[in-house]
Amino acid sequence: MTQLRHLLSVRDLDRETAVSILDLAEDMADVATRAVPKLPTLRGRTVANLFFEDSTRTRLSFEAAAKRLGADVITVSAKGSSVSKGESLKDTSQTIAAMGIDAVVLRHGASGAARVLADSGWIDAAVINAGDGTHEHPTQGLLDAYTMRKAKHGDGSRGADLDGLRVTIVGDILHSRVARSNVWLLQTLGATVHLVGPETLLPQGVDGWPVTSGTDLDAALDDAPDVVMMLRVQSERMLAAYFPNEREYARQWGLDDVRLARLAPDTMVMHPGPMNRGLEISSAAADSARSLVLDQVTNGVSIRMAVLYLVLSGSGSTAGSEHTSGLSV
Amino acid sequence: MAARTVLQQADITRALTRISHEILESDHGADLVILGIPTRGVLLAQRIGAILEQLAPGTAQVGALDVTMYRDDLAKQPTRTPSPTLVPSGGIDGKTVVLVDDVLYSGRTIRAALDALNDLGRPRAVRLATLIDRGHRELPIRADFVGKNLPTSHSQRIYVKLLETDGQDLVAIFDEEDHG
Amino acid sequence: MSLLIRAATLPDGSRTDLLVDAGIIAEIGSGLSHRGATVIDADGLQALPGLVDLHTHLREPGFEQSETVLSGSRAAAAGGFTAVHAMANTSPVADTAGVVEQVASLGDQHGYVTVRPIGAVSMGLAGERLSEIGAMAQSRAAVRVFSDDGKCVSDALLMRRALEYVTTFGGVVAQHAQEPRLTEGAQLNEGTLSSELGLAGWPAVAEEAIIARDVLLAQHVGARLHVCHVSTAGSVEVVRWAKARGIQVTAEVTPHHLLLDEQLAAGYDARFKVNPPLRREEDVLALRAALAEGVIDIVATDHAPHPIEAKECAWQEAAFGMVGLESALSVVQAAVVDTGQLGWRDIARVLSSKPAEIGRLAGYDAPFTVGAPAHLTLIDPAARRSFGVEHLHGKSVNSPYLGRELPGRVVATVHGGVPTVLDGELRSREEMAAHVGY
Repeated sequence: MTQLRHLLSVRDLDRETAVSILDLAEDMADVATRAVPKLPTLRGRTVANLFFEDSTRTRLSFEAAAKRLGADVITVSAKGSSVSKGESLKDTSQTIAAMGIDAVVLRHGASGAARVLADSGWIDAAVINAGDGTHEHPTQGLLDAYTMRKAKHGDGSRGADLDGLRVTIVGDILHSRVARSNVWLLQTLGATVHLVGPETLLPQGVDGWPVTSGTDLDAALDDAPDVVMMLRVQSERMLAAYFPNEREYARQWGLDDVRLARLAPDTMVMHPGPMNRGLEISSAAADSARSLVLDQVTNGVSIRMAVLYLVLSGSGSTAGSEHTSGLSV
Repeated sequence: MAARTVLQQADITRALTRISHEILESDHGADLVILGIPTRGVLLAQRIGAILEQLAPGTAQVGALDVTMYRDDLAKQPTRTPSPTLVPSGGIDGKTVVLVDDVLYSGRTIRAALDALNDLGRPRAVRLATLIDRGHRELPIRADFVGKNLPTSHSQRIYVKLLETDGQDLVAIFDEEDHG
Repeated sequence: MSLLIRAATLPDGSRTDLLVDAGIIAEIGSGLSHRGATVIDADGLQALPGLVDLHTHLREPGFEQSETVLSGSRAAAAGGFTAVHAMANTSPVADTAGVVEQVASLGDQHGYVTVRPIGAVSMGLAGERLSEIGAMAQSRAAVRVFSDDGKCVSDALLMRRALEYVTTFGGVVAQHAQEPRLTEGAQLNEGTLSSELGLAGWPAVAEEAIIARDVLLAQHVGARLHVCHVSTAGSVEVVRWAKARGIQVTAEVTPHHLLLDEQLAAGYDARFKVNPPLRREEDVLALRAALAEGVIDIVATDHAPHPIEAKECAWQEAAFGMVGLESALSVVQAAVVDTGQLGWRDIARVLSSKPAEIGRLAGYDAPFTVGAPAHLTLIDPAARRSFGVEHLHGKSVNSPYLGRELPGRVVATVHGGVPTVLDGELRSREEMAAHVGY
């Protein structure tokens, strides 16, 4: 199995590694069904959640994952402006590292923060990117892929990739780290991706991405994709002239009840959350039988357990190198 | 490179048949769950399960118990890929669980298996069946059912090959070359 | 004290001896000798006129933790420069005679290079009212170049007024072309890479649109315009169009824009964060060709020192800028001389005589002639070195070239007849004073 030193970007995962992470998550999901839903695998390891941005759900998900593997968790909420001086990242990470930690789960408002931390040499611990600015959210991409795979293959998911799956992602692509992680991971796993949104929210450089893109949501839905993923849109974007107002956004690019009714029978609906009900997605769509939103949340813990296991166990990890070798044959 | 075959296909079949009889004898009437430890333990468990089904239909269910997450030497090896754990539909609570592995050596794998069982439920009893016991226990663990006792030295290696995965059934001892 | 330079190769390729005495080139010929002169064996070395940087940030007054006039002067001398124009974005801003006279006098006091302060266009760089342009021009600092660099003079009316007003004093406005509304929060060249990295884009059009507006304004009011750090192929086209119509525009390019492209930012290493940003490979190639063609007139370093903590952080938290005085000549050699696009004679033009002309700096129009002020530098073009922190002489180390192999090495620099660098080493102020005979 490939040893992961850090998890910074889904672009560091080849197809084989990505599939093995999804398979590992299947095993982790089984743990939750047991009488004692815990494993002793990461006993003695300490995971630090270092969150410079608020995120209750991601933080809780990583906490649950670490605890289910028997690891200790410390959470540091280091909120501050993302454009404040860099002391925060360097000093904060070194302070908690001095307390003895094996992995840092980092959520930060600046794109590339996880890579800067991993490459800096400030700390020895493994770095797991829990969302860096508008760059990536690798575990979200993985849990989305896992959810899609499960919905498509059911119990036959182990070992499967996403060949032939057609995914349409809708919304503020420009500012979305979830979109970026999904685009690259889905491509690695063999799926095809189509992006839809207003021209102002599609990046200028998107022609260089391995996707198709357009501004017409209705045409995209008529194409009967297997998955429609709606992204959260922030109403502050109105103030920077990305779109005129919420009503117009919802009318053009919202998954409302009319569009919901026209979806092909097998099309599934996803949303990374939190949702703006009534803006990018209607309540009916969010709660419909096709919606995988809650599955996404559940699967998040399994995926994060898989990632923590890969990063923290094994002789190639920071933990392994600290152990003295014992008698063994 | 000297490899010596100690068990042929017929020997293995005989051993498994005997083990199956012994299991029934010692735990007659009990609800049995035969759990193989991946990889080859699973195949042996399935063979034992098939034999038991012929001898006493409905007595035994077969499954697999992966112990990777419970090993005490994870940090000393490259990351291991776990295999699936398959608990039969009847569960293990109140059942007699028979763990099945191909080679019993230090006993650490079985210790991990006991911990894993602990998190899955509460069996009435746990037994251990192994095809080969090669001695050199590091923990106070013993097998209830043994196919063959094979005293070995640390420098020797035991290879178990099974038809389903390796194309043939045999057990061989391999002496590592003397490196002077 | 005098200097006898033996067998130097001049920019035109000829080999000769040079005698420097009393601050001027006293004699040129072969087989020269002079009793008591310090001899420099320049066999195999390329002589260039003292380099003139039209765009440096010396940070003093106000940001002395990054650089001072002294440390910046030393860095400049180490890079072969004998004159630098110091940008106005200090604290307080150089918008009055008092500040510019202070900066100029510090430069004279330290003596490593001639420091020519640049005056701000607007008070406090706020882009609202003109600064004390006349007072600065007529001060002892004799300011001729005016710039709000760091910020763009984006208000069209203010730019028009500035262009008109500086003509009264023989000055030129040097514009930092960056439409602020199109580049709010911008981090990196806008394109596929910036979209992949999740960094806000700095579109080329934000530079090109300002240059286009400014050349038309300069034409309309009949004024000189200088464009700082041109970074895109599109900007080159605008400047070419303007020159063809006889508009009095000059343009500069930085060494880093001649050598480095945006791909270096892919690892989020903030040493590569600069304003204007590193662009595409095709922009780099267009800038080199434009420099060779003369559409871009000069090379200017935009030496921008920053303390370590301003770069040791996430990209969008980091400051924009790179130090460049010590590496400039090597980088230019790697980018355009070793590629055969420019010769040393062209380098003498783009790094010395032309910037001096734009800045109205006397003493650089006829180098290597008897009677001219002795500003010169001797370099070893055949040298190769792995550029390291040991080659930086300012206070800051934010160089994008650390660990990179670069050609060329400054062996000696002479400023007004006084050697500031000898045998590749900066001289101390005591040594320089002794040379002059104090």
